Amino acid sequence: MSAVPLMSVEDLSVEFRTRHGVVRALERVGFSIARGETVGIVGESGSGKSVTAFTVLGLLPPAGRVTSGRAVFGGLDLLTASAGQLLEYRGRELSMIFQSPRTALNPIRPVGKQIADVLERHANLPRARRRDRVLELLARVQIPDPERRYHAYPFELSGGMCQRVMIALAVACSPALLIADEPTTGLDVTTQAGILDLLGDLSRTAGMATIMITHDLAVVAERCDRIVVMHAGHVVEQAPARTLFARPRHPYTARLLASTPRAGAKLADLTPIPGAVPDLRGETTPCRYRTRCERAAAVCDRPPLPREVVAPGHVVACARPL
Amino acid sequence: MALLRLAGRRLALAVPGLLGVIVVTFLLNRALPGDPAAFFAGPAATRQAIEEIRARLGLDKSVPEQFVYYVRDLARGDLGTSLTTGQPVLRDLATRLPASLELTLAGLALAVTVALPLGVLSATRPGSWVDHLARVVTTAGVSLPIFFTGLLLVYVFYFLLGWAPAPLGRLDAFSTAPRQVTGFFVVDAVLAHDGALAWAALRQLALPAVTLGLFAMAPIARMTRASMLGVLGSEFIRTARAAGLAPRTVLVTYALRNALLPVITLLGMVFSFLLGANVLVEKVFAWPGVGSYALEALIASDYAPVQGFVLLMATLYVFLNLTIDIVYGLVDPRVRIEA
Amino acid sequence: MSALLRHGRYVLGENPVTAVAFGLFVVLILLALVGPSLAPHDPLASDTARKLEPPSARYWFGTDQVGRDILSRVLVATRLDLAISLSAVTLSFVVGSGLGASAGFFGGWTDRIVTRVTDTIMAFPLFVLAMAIVAALGNTLANIVYATAIINLPFYARMARAEVNVRREAGFVEAARLSGNGSARILTVHVFPNCLPPMMVQASLNLGWAILNAAGLSFIGLGVRPPTPEWGIMVAEGAAFIVSGEWWIALFPGLALMLAVFCFNLLGDGLRDLIDPRRRT
Repeated sequence: MSAVPLMSVEDLSVEFRTRHGVVRALERVGFSIARGETVGIVGESGSGKSVTAFTVLGLLPPAGRVTSGRAVFGGLDLLTASAGQLLEYRGRELSMIFQSPRTALNPIRPVGKQIADVLERHANLPRARRRDRVLELLARVQIPDPERRYHAYPFELSGGMCQRVMIALAVACSPALLIADEPTTGLDVTTQAGILDLLGDLSRTAGMATIMITHDLAVVAERCDRIVVMHAGHVVEQAPARTLFARPRHPYTARLLASTPRAGAKLADLTPIPGAVPDLRGETTPCRYRTRCERAAAVCDRPPLPREVVAPGHVVACARPL
Repeated sequence: MALLRLAGRRLALAVPGLLGVIVVTFLLNRALPGDPAAFFAGPAATRQAIEEIRARLGLDKSVPEQFVYYVRDLARGDLGTSLTTGQPVLRDLATRLPASLELTLAGLALAVTVALPLGVLSATRPGSWVDHLARVVTTAGVSLPIFFTGLLLVYVFYFLLGWAPAPLGRLDAFSTAPRQVTGFFVVDAVLAHDGALAWAALRQLALPAVTLGLFAMAPIARMTRASMLGVLGSEFIRTARAAGLAPRTVLVTYALRNALLPVITLLGMVFSFLLGANVLVEKVFAWPGVGSYALEALIASDYAPVQGFVLLMATLYVFLNLTIDIVYGLVDPRVRIEA
Repeated sequence: MSALLRHGRYVLGENPVTAVAFGLFVVLILLALVGPSLAPHDPLASDTARKLEPPSARYWFGTDQVGRDILSRVLVATRLDLAISLSAVTLSFVVGSGLGASAGFFGGWTDRIVTRVTDTIMAFPLFVLAMAIVAALGNTLANIVYATAIINLPFYARMARAEVNVRREAGFVEAARLSGNGSARILTVHVFPNCLPPMMVQASLNLGWAILNAAGLSFIGLGVRPPTPEWGIMVAEGAAFIVSGEWWIALFPGLALMLAVFCFNLLGDGLRDLIDPRRRT
């Protein structure tokens, strides 16, 4: 990790006001990412991975509210930045791609135009050059026959093709950070690998940092430098990828690893994680994994949740780590 | 090209609709109360005279034969003769249609220009005063009987405030109609460079158009709000925001264009309501359109104009739906390309 | 059932507007039942000496052009207006949902014929079609009901068809078929009842529109004949006096009409929230 990270999220808490009470979706979440680094954020659905991304981009739905924390990106705290500043940053300095690419694109606008819209907003290109640049981008994300695809609508393209368009749209202005939220969910396996390779390629060649959000450890295993494990709105463990896979310290991470298929493993070796992501309404226990944890003990109920640095770059939020 | 194909296909689809309309008007024609032959012959006619008229009207033929004659007459543009005016129904309708169209289109234009922004504003600021205002306007709009709204407006703006002219037709007694170009008095007066006349015509048009507009506004604003709320919550809007597009671009180019699709579909329904409401508004404001023409004929038991009116309205509506389909195709590539 | 009641209480509590509408609905029904006995004067008795009197302590809503008490006429008219719209909506509900359900369930020719008929009705501007039907069938009250029913028919038919179509292949229908139930029985016992909730919402939203249509027809002089008290025709009678400033003749029956429609519309919205909270707009 370099001395000054590209973005550092500290102490981030977010709550949602719903009909059934306040949901503390994120509690004191913290992690950082260096220039050019690829970080994976892993967890079950409902663990707060996507909420973290949306908060950083200032795209929380109206019911959501940031109650504490900072997200410093290039010297600017994104959480207190003005709407105008954020607009300048989004799409140019940091951008995001989403799952289900077909619905994430405007259904009634040609995909080339949608990419051109981003260029028009952020890149200082004359109108005539904009089209060429879009074609370049489409070629760069390996879309065959860019001339023809420029005028295509999302419904005329396959899911994988739409995701490539999304990527082209997100990297159009060479952002320093790309957040990929489940970029391969809903795509078939061969397409998945292609998309992930493309993302890896782009970040290597352009020196672009990438945050890869996924529920699938297999996706991040080989492609990420570091991994952040989230559970129920907490960061429970973060470590360099190799370390995390070799020696997980948080019971949840260990369970997560055991429930992920790996080459050479037998089906019987797979073990599910007991219980479900706990209800986050109202008061919660200091450790939110407590009710599912086989190592739980009295010490786990003592606030605050510990954050122990067990090795350089390896932090565990557990009173009784493995 | 794809659009032409779409238009052709929709036109083909409109044909059975038109056929249905013709069959229904024919059946309604046959179901008229009493004996038309006796009616046309008058109370003093002899039995023989009635039979003669029956033969002349083709009423002694079988029903299918009569239908063939009916369609043949329609093809010739023969809708019969009005007993009240003594003129061919087709000519009467043609002279009065511009008045009705001017009123309906003015009402629709007014409704759209107010309802769209209102719907968009209330969708982007749910719970704000604009939202509440929109809710009041839309609920009132669907609950107010249109003839009642018209009367209220007349009372307030003519009787109390004196701002509006008397609700007596398209022009006051001192003005003469402009030379006919479009048949819309306001437009024709402007074309004739007669500002005073255009103003006079506009003053007459204002209240009935507002009446229709208030009525049509409700469903449009309601649908715009609902559709806009749906679109604003959709994933591609999130993408557009994540890409840092300007709020205006997101709202107009991305959200509104998508949100308009169900609104365009709804316009067909709104137009159907407007054509019906037109009859009531024309009665309240003594507007000399086809609706009041049909009403006068209906009261006088003069059925040919009523039939002609119904046929005209239905045909107009079929073609309007065709236009709406084509406009929809213009906005939505999915329809255009799959055609 | 108790869950539904609890949900209902929740909806009413969350939604005071719906509660108000429900109260108004009860008042309307009561007025329709006992209105004539509440009327302070004879709604038909004219008194030319007291014609066109503005609202006063004696005549709360004033008197009309022949000196009849408008309050009494508005009260008495409640029954007729509700009766027309309720019977029209019931008629189109029964016939329309029957046709639509068979179309959706049996498909084939039944479906084609029903679809063609509803499409043909929808090809007309509906109020104009109602006018034409009354003109053709004869200018009677019964024909107003039929005409209003016919122009409402397509909404129910289309909705029932869609709802049945969705459920035709459902697991519970398959189960019923396998256990030897005939088509008619499956449709009436197993499929149709499941379609009822959304249809009821449609019906309550439709009531307001039915009242407006019927009143519109009588406003242009169809159906109800003077001196029968009916809101639409009363507004029509008052229309001539608006320009000379006698506002009360048209205002009170118009307000009554508006209130009734308003109440049914709000009630329909509330009912929709009760049955399907997700479809709130």
